[in-house]
Formats: sequence, C-alpha cells, structure tokens
Amino acid sequence: MKREWNVGLVLSALSAAVVLLLAWWAQGRLGGYLVRLVHMWGIYVIFVVSFNLIYGYTGQFSLAHAGLTAIGAYTVALLTLSPGAKQAMFLLVPPTWPISVVQWPFFPALVLSGLLAAVVGFGVGAPALRLRGDYLLIVTLGFSEIIRLLLAALPTVSNGALGLVGIPTYTNLVWVWACAMAAIFVTKRLVDSSYGRALKCIREDEIAAEAMGVRLYYHKLMAFTISAFFTGIGGALLANLLRTVDPRTFAPSLSYVVITMAVLGGVDSLTGAVLAAGIYTVMSEILRVVESPITLLGIHVRGFPGLRTLAFAVMLLLLIRFYRKGLMGGREFSWHSASVKLRGLTTAMKGKGGEE
Amino acid sequence: MGWGQFIQYVVYGVALGSLYSLIAIGYTIIYGIVGLINMAHGDFFMVAAYVAMWGILVWKLPMPASYALGAALAIALGVTAERIVYRPLRGAKISAFIGAIAVSSILQNTFVVFFSPRSKPFPHPAFLDRVLQFGEVALPVSMLFIIAASVLLFLILTYIVTKTKTGRAMRALSKDLEAAQLVGVNPDRVISFAFVLSTAFAAAGAFLWCSKVPYVDPFTGMMPGLKAFIAAVLGGIGSIPGALLGGFLLGLGEVMIVAALPMLTPFRDIFAYLILILFLLIRPGGLFNVTVREEKV
Repeated sequence: MKREWNVGLVLSALSAAVVLLLAWWAQGRLGGYLVRLVHMWGIYVIFVVSFNLIYGYTGQFSLAHAGLTAIGAYTVALLTLSPGAKQAMFLLVPPTWPISVVQWPFFPALVLSGLLAAVVGFGVGAPALRLRGDYLLIVTLGFSEIIRLLLAALPTVSNGALGLVGIPTYTNLVWVWACAMAAIFVTKRLVDSSYGRALKCIREDEIAAEAMGVRLYYHKLMAFTISAFFTGIGGALLANLLRTVDPRTFAPSLSYVVITMAVLGGVDSLTGAVLAAGIYTVMSEILRVVESPITLLGIHVRGFPGLRTLAFAVMLLLLIRFYRKGLMGGREFSWHSASVKLRGLTTAMKGKGGEE
Repeated sequence: MGWGQFIQYVVYGVALGSLYSLIAIGYTIIYGIVGLINMAHGDFFMVAAYVAMWGILVWKLPMPASYALGAALAIALGVTAERIVYRPLRGAKISAFIGAIAVSSILQNTFVVFFSPRSKPFPHPAFLDRVLQFGEVALPVSMLFIIAASVLLFLILTYIVTKTKTGRAMRALSKDLEAAQLVGVNPDRVISFAFVLSTAFAAAGAFLWCSKVPYVDPFTGMMPGLKAFIAAVLGGIGSIPGALLGGFLLGLGEVMIVAALPMLTPFRDIFAYLILILFLLIRPGGLFNVTVREEKV
C-alpha cells in the first residue's frame, strides 16, 4: 500500500518533468499557431481546475470567475507594462500614482496577481458564502459584474473601456504548464486531505456536515479563496498571451465558457478538466474555420460568425440534459488503476479491466 | 432643477420603472412556481423585438402582424424551452440554471448566425415620436404610452392571477407544490401557462422598450433582462406586487440619481448591482419579504 503510493508519486513527478521538457521542446519547434493552442489549453486547465474546486468538490456554484480573472489579468498587465508605455496609453487621464511608476519582473507580478485575486475572492466570498444555491450565484454574478464595470469606469486605474494593449509577453508553454500542473497538484492534494473530505461532505449534505462538526463557512471560504488564487494566475497568463485586456473580455460569458468545459469533463474530476480543456480548445479552432468565409472550388460560402458560441451552447445543453456526469464523472486517472488496466490487457483476463 | 424638469424626470423614471416591472414579472412568476432563475428571460424579450423588427424591415409585413408574429414566436419558444429543457431538469436547481444559460446563449447566437448581429432600427408607430408641451413641461408621447400600456397590462395580470382558475392554481403551486397537486392541480399545465404569461409580458415589454430605445440586435435583451432581474430581487423574487414595486423603485432611482448627480452616471449600473447584493445579503426576501425558499437536495 505504502509502496504503491510512493511509486505513484515518483511516476507523477517524472511525468511532470516530461511534460515540462515537452513544453520546452514544443515552444521552439511547433509553429506559432500550435504553440498558441497548447498555451490556451493550459490556461483553460487552470480555469477549469479552479472552478471544479469550488463547484465540483465543494458544491458552491459561483459565477465570480470572470471578475476574478479580470483582477489577475489587469494586475499583471499594469505591473509589467513600462511606465512610459502606460503614460502613452492612458489617453484620457494619466494613471494614478502607484500604477504610473511601477514596473515589476514577470514572476513576482504573476504571484501578486494570484494573491490579489485571492484577496478579492476572500472579500467576495466572505459575505457571499453566507448564502447558498440561487442566492449565492446571483451575488457572485453581481460581484463579478461590479469588478468589470469598475474597470470600465475608472480610467485612472485601468484606462477605462479602452483597455490595455501591448502587454509584454513573458510566458511560454513551460510557464503555463508549470502553473497548470501546480494547480492540479495543489487541488488534488487538497481534496484528498481531511479538508477535502470536509469539502465533499459539504457538497453532499450541508446539514449532515454541520452535525459532524465541519465548519461550513470556514471550509467554503478556504476553497473559494484558493480557487480565486488560481483563477487570478490563469487571468494573468491569459493577459500575457493575448497581450491586450479590456473590460468586455471579462463579461459573464467568460464564466459560462469555463462552466461549459467543467461540465464537459465532469465537475469533480481533474482528469476531466484537462481532457475537456483540450477538447474545447481544439473544437474551438475547428469551428473557427466554419466562422470565416471560404471560397471552395469557385463557390463562395459566407462565414457564420457566432456559430462557435452556438455550437458550444448546444453542447452544454445536451450535456446538462443527457450526460450530466461529463466525460469522467468523478473518476480520475491514477497510476494504480492504469497499471491494473494494463495488466488486465496484457494477460487478457476478463473482469480485471474495470476500476476498483 | 425646476419644477417642469422635475416632473419630466419623474415621468421618465415611472416609464422606465414600468418597463422594468413588466419584464420583472416574468422572472418572478417563474421563480415563484418553479424556483428557477430563468436567465434566458431577456432573450425571449429579444426574440419578440427582433422578429417584429425583421418582419417589418425584411419581410415587409404590416406592423401589427409583425408584432403579433414576434410575440407568438417568443411565447412558443418559451413554452418549448420549458418543455424540453426546464421540465426534465426540474428539482435539479443548478443544472436547470446551467440549462437556462445554455438556452440564453442558443437564442442569442441563433439570431447572430441566421439573421444578423448588426443593430437595426426598430420601427414603431409614428405617433409615439411626438412630444406634448404642457407649459414648461415637455413630455414625449412614447413615455405616456408606455405608462398607460403598462398599467393596462398590470390590470390584466391582476385579473388573471386573482380571478381565473389557472391564476388560482398558479398561486397554489407557488405556495406548496405537493399540496396543490393533492387538490387536483396539474403542475405541468400550470407551469406551461406560467411560461406563456411570462414570455407574453416579456414581449409586451420588448415592444414598449424598443419604442423608447429604438435599436435591436441579438444581445438587446441582456441589459434590460439583468435590470429587471435586479428589480424582481429588490421587491422580493416570487412576489408579483414585489416585482411591480421593485421595477418602479429601480427605474425612478436610476433616473433620479443621474438627474441629481450627473457625475455618477458611469457608476449607474454598479449601483444597481450593489442594491442587488445588499438586498440578498441583508434582506433576501426583498421589500415584500417573501419567504426564502429552502434548497431541496
């Protein structure tokens, strides 16, 4: 038993190293387009994992995702842009004091954007998590929208509706996938700990959890804050990849995209999160082709802008109606079950192939 | 601010408020009975306005026929959405909510893909553009028309809810679902009717709204939808008088804040959301203090 676990950990560490090596290799070799796709995939993984932590494992449906992403994105953008660039960009009014002079290297800026998102997440969660169900989702939606509207209404801080452009790029695949794996690792260790059992207990039955002595509010707030931290990191990486941010990016539809991926993978599975983020990224690119006009054999077909969002909405509807458990339905990939499966395959024995 | 101006602002506020109320009624009826936050409500509003506009501008239908077509399509879609999405998900709250998000996005993007994402002018009867002058008070006819039409619709709603058998069944269902079934209320039929009523009011609200803000695109429904939702929560979601009062307060409040303190205009929507959050945190039952629904897992 003990040995098995150690082997698993070693294998996980090794495969993490392999992933990072692959990411480093791919950064130079693959074309810019593919690199961008793998990049997006990693960022989506971070978003979905952090959403799963709060909804899939703790059962608290939050729509604050878009707003917290905005906090991370704006923080990293304002910290890494040079003071000169900011002066030139803020056309309407000059930036306020700390923003007008700071310029940080990327890594501390990334950490700070996560921390700031966690602080804001704590501030949102502290009142909101007193509520549950419908009321919680409305309040989190409200906070998310307030963050977005404030960014649009405060030109001295965020350049208002104009947004920020020309954000210097520091991230590469290694950064993104290191962050994604860190998010997966922390979340996995958390949900397997006694804290995680408390979270799942809250998800299953709050009254029973409370009767068993689980502190509901404390655990919910902890999960929400950690989730906010990773959301902020994801937002920072997104800003760095897109190189521009403006308030409209962080409309509630961003939260809906994350929900779509989470439901696709299964809300309480990290393996599902990775798969679903990948599938979403690829599908999104395939449908992009349909959206733009094409001329094929002399026949001009007009593009169908909006078809992508439509397709994903239909997919979400079908999932929620017929396949609510998602691809993984709470199951996880593990070395143990993989080895059992592999053994089952090699010895071609029946009945050994299922998971425990 | 002189008296004339003040009266104008009050009329603007009441007109805006009655529009919010009309739309808020849809949220509140559905929430009261099914316990669902129908995020797609604003999009049924959009369907009515969009189809009416498209009928007049593109299909060259006469105005009343177009309006009727828009309303009929919105109602049909509302009932269909209930039948194929919300009904199977009844009792699974968050799933039903995610279903509503999907319906909303499907409606918006269907119109983007198959019609046009561009804003188009909404044709309305010419008499609405006139402005009546009473001494120093200038009142657009459209505002007065909105108020008059809303009052009429509220009276019709009151009649339906209090006097008819279906209305009584609706109230019974929202009080106690199981007990209502025991005394012979068929919940599926009544809920379908509730969706007809809710989308019909959304359609009426859409035509009146678009005579004031005369542009329609596939995302037209989002902003009024959200505002009306806030109004419904403000009054106490699930309560019809609450939706009326909430709508009027929100409309008047918005207009008055902007009139009295113009520098706060960019923060107008933020105030609306702050009101929403404060009410849910401090008084989740709203002004009418409706009993908070307990989660049934």
